[in-house]
Formats: sequence, structure tokens, C-alpha cells
Amino acid sequence: MEGAAEDPLAMALREELGEAIESARILGGDLTLQIRRETIAEVCAALKSKHGFTYLVDLCGVDFPGREPRFEVVYHLCSPAANRRVRLKVAAGEGEAAAAVPSVTGVWRAANWPEREVWDLYGVRFDGHPDLTRILLWEGFNGHPLRKDFPVEGIDTGAAAATVKVGGSGGGEA
Amino acid sequence: MSDPLLQRGEEIELGFGPRHPAIRGVLRLSLRVDGDRIVDCRPVIGHVHRGVEKLFELQPHADNLSHTDRLDFGSAAAANLAYAGAVEKLLGIVVPPRARYLRTILAELQRIASHLLWLGTHAADLGAMPPFFAAFGERDGVLELCERYLEDYFESDNESEAGQEAGARLRLDGIRPGGLSHDLPAGWAERCREFVESFPARLNGFAGPLTENRLWKKRTVGLGVLSPEVAVDLGVTGPALRASGFAWDLRKALPYEAYGEVDFDVPVGRNGDTYDRYLVRVEEMRQANRIVAQCLDRLPDGPVLAEPSVLEAKVEGETYHGIEGPRGEIGFYLVGDGTANPYRCHFRAPSFAHLQALPELCRGELVGDLVALIGTLDVALEEADR
Repeated sequence: MEGAAEDPLAMALREELGEAIESARILGGDLTLQIRRETIAEVCAALKSKHGFTYLVDLCGVDFPGREPRFEVVYHLCSPAANRRVRLKVAAGEGEAAAAVPSVTGVWRAANWPEREVWDLYGVRFDGHPDLTRILLWEGFNGHPLRKDFPVEGIDTGAAAATVKVGGSGGGEA
Repeated sequence: MSDPLLQRGEEIELGFGPRHPAIRGVLRLSLRVDGDRIVDCRPVIGHVHRGVEKLFELQPHADNLSHTDRLDFGSAAAANLAYAGAVEKLLGIVVPPRARYLRTILAELQRIASHLLWLGTHAADLGAMPPFFAAFGERDGVLELCERYLEDYFESDNESEAGQEAGARLRLDGIRPGGLSHDLPAGWAERCREFVESFPARLNGFAGPLTENRLWKKRTVGLGVLSPEVAVDLGVTGPALRASGFAWDLRKALPYEAYGEVDFDVPVGRNGDTYDRYLVRVEEMRQANRIVAQCLDRLPDGPVLAEPSVLEAKVEGETYHGIEGPRGEIGFYLVGDGTANPYRCHFRAPSFAHLQALPELCRGELVGDLVALIGTLDVALEEADR
């Protein structure tokens, strides 16, 4: 789309990383790069070490039930030195059979909890994460509530039983 | 060593929370301690998870502002502004100048209120009670201004109760995509100016004695040191990052609202310890006060809401909008699919990142300092738990 082709950062990255970048667009004011799933950790490491993107602002999932693969993991990076932001996206599949997204916890420690959150709420697995457990819901919760097909009114989660057993803790196993 | 508490060599597990007097919210820490030293700390969060991001998907954008009010009870305006800003970015709305200035005033007043809440409770956690009462009394003055701002809007016969009934002491409820719901009530600006003129002296009155207090320094200097590199790596933002000596403030880096048109300094610390984080936040209150004073002086005339109304606007595309909240960067990633409701709305909560950094701060410190370390990060659990 307009602007992305001439963006110096997009051009430099295409040169360095070649096929890892599937597309480059400007969305909502930020350069948005679609990254091949297998290469996301390397792309992030390059962005951090060579382009100053030391700050991982945010990492979250989005569910598109009609698409294949179904999920999208979105990374918002910031380079405080250059005062600029970049958005990365990878596509991620559903269930055990789908290939996991390489974890970027090795690049930024800040990615640890957000990746757990995406696993918790969407069921997207991250490969190489040191501790991929649920974070907002408790271990043993059935389902991933931010998926579009998860009912808003909730399901029988066995929460009552869990409350009695764990002694007031709702946040999963320590 | 004769004190059994300080005997070393055997690690035990120690639970902290979920309910604890030093935590404003519900947080459990699973600690491993060796004697009185913390070896490791694992925060367990999610106790007040409401699924608010799911709720965002059910309502039109304008209605969702009431959800953002409830993300952080200390400063609703920050979340309001971040969300309204994201919607405005997607729709390309230009906010009228008067609204930009008024929103800056409200945001900075709530920054003062949030920092006062933090200062009072942090001091009380460490055994200093006088600042607690002074800070809460002062905060009441700010909350009263917020309350009075809404009084006119509800047009109640009983003036003194209107704002209270709306719950507007904590939830601002006036910020809309495109501006504000209404202009200032008569006499509000004068009342605000009165507060602004007298606040710095009163702040010095109760923070000054703390700054030089030997006991306060003993409890906070050198405690929980965070280097700038580690802080950035862990996603720590706001005053906690600036106390490490990293001058990063979104009000300067990506000026939004009226911040590009006012003069203020960004205080930074040197050592990244609990004492520096205290100094930075106290100075930020003075700077916030300066910003409010300048905005009142230069307040432009004109409408406070962009036309046409965007309350039912269909939104398409995606954007991220982050602002400098009192605790750190609070931002919204908004995806629209061409309907009036957001398709996906994710918010970046500074408290979530700060809690993730807590183990880094705790390691090697004394169990007795844990409440100081939680306090110094200034977290809101309802924001972290979504």
C-alpha cells in the first residue's frame, strides 16, 4: 500500500531478511509487516539489535474464524532512540497439530506474560517459551474465552470446585 | 547469627496475598525465601479478571468508554484518552482545540490524583502515616474538581449530590471520541486555578519532610534497583522507567492533546531505586500542576465536540494509540471490521508489565521490603487482570 514501499526501514529489512517479510503496509499510521511464522524470532532479534527496537510495547492475539490459519499474533515494537514504531504480524493455526509460533521471550523478556496471555485467551502455542501456562485464568480452565466462538455468557468452567480446592486462588498454579 | 529469621541455607516457600493490606487489589505472590531473603518471586494474577476485552467487542465505540473508566480506579482519564484517541485515529477525527486543552487539564489533574494515591499508600506501607492523611486530603480536592465538572451535565436539583450520584469522583465520564461531552461548568476554571496556585506549597509541606527523612531514605535508597536496560527489556514505562535515568515520556516523544503546546520538564532519576522513583513521581506532580496552569491560561474558545457526532460511526481498519498514563504507557490496539463495534480491542496495561518486572526487583531483597517494592512499581490490579 501507499507509503510502505518507500519506507526506509521496510526497504532495509527486505534487504536483510528477504523472504521472511511477506508484505509491508502502512496501517493506522504504523508500518505493518506480515512475517513468516518460522522466522519471527529472528526478525525480532534483528530489529532489536540492528534497528534499536529495544522496547516491546505490546503483544496480543486476534481471532479470524473464517481464515486459514485462524489466528493472528500482533507485535507492537518501539525504538525509543529513533522514536518510531512498527507492527509485526504472524498467522497462527489452531490446536495441537498447528505449528507453534516461535517465542520472542529470548529477544525481550517483556514478551513472557503477553505470550502466556495469548495462549490463555486464544490457545495459540509458543515454541521455546520458558513457562507457557495460563495467566489470567486458572490451570484446568476449559476453553479460550477471547475466541469468537466462545459464548459471552460463559460456560460451566468448574470454577466453584476450583475455588474450594485451591483456597481462594483463581490465578492458576504457582 | 543468633536471629533465627536470618539463618541461611534452607529455602522455604512463602505465600503472600491474595488479600494483603499493602495491596490495593488482589495479588498473590508465591515466594521462595532463604531466611529473610527473597530468592524468587512468582506473581499469580487474574483474580479480578472480568473478560473486559470480550465486553469491548459487544458495544459501540462510544459506549465502550465506560469500560475504560473502570480499568484503573486511580486515573480513569488516561484510559479514556487512550481509547478515544485510538477511535479518533481510525476515523480521522480532528478534536477541537478547546477540547484538547480541557482533556489535557483533566488528564493532568488525574495524574496528580493518581500520584497522590500512590504517595499516600506507599508512605503508609512503610510506616509513615502523616503523608497518607495529607495526600488523601489533597487528592480529595482533585476528585472534587472532577466531580464538579460533571455536575452541570446531570442538571440535578441537588447540586452537591449530582456528581456523587454519577460516581464521577473516580470515573470522569466526560471524554468522548471527538472531544468532550460538555464544556466547563460556570466557575470551574476559577476553582481549578485556586487549587493549582496553592497545590505546590502544600505538596512541599508534606512531601518535603519525607524527602529528607532519614528513616524514609533508609527504607528506600538502594532498594529494588532497576537499570535502564533491564527496565526497557521488561517493558517498564512511565515514572518507574524515568527513575532509572531513561528520559522517555510519550507526552514529549509523540505529543498528543495539547502537550506539544505547553512547557514542562520530564524529571529523571539516577539510580533507579525506590527513592528515585519516589522523587520522580513527586516532581511529576509539580510538572502536572504547571501544565494545568498553562492550559487554563491559554484555554481557547470554541466547541468541545467535533461535528458530526461519531457516536454511531462504523469503524474500519486498525490502529494502536498509546499515551503517557500516570503509571506508564497505556495504549489501545483497535481493529474495526466496518461495524459500529470494535472487532478486537486490546489494551496495553502498564501494570501488567510492571508486575512482570516485580521478580526482578525482589530477588535478593528482604521479605520485609516486599511491600515497598510492590508499592514503588505503582500497579493497579484491575488493569493488569483485564
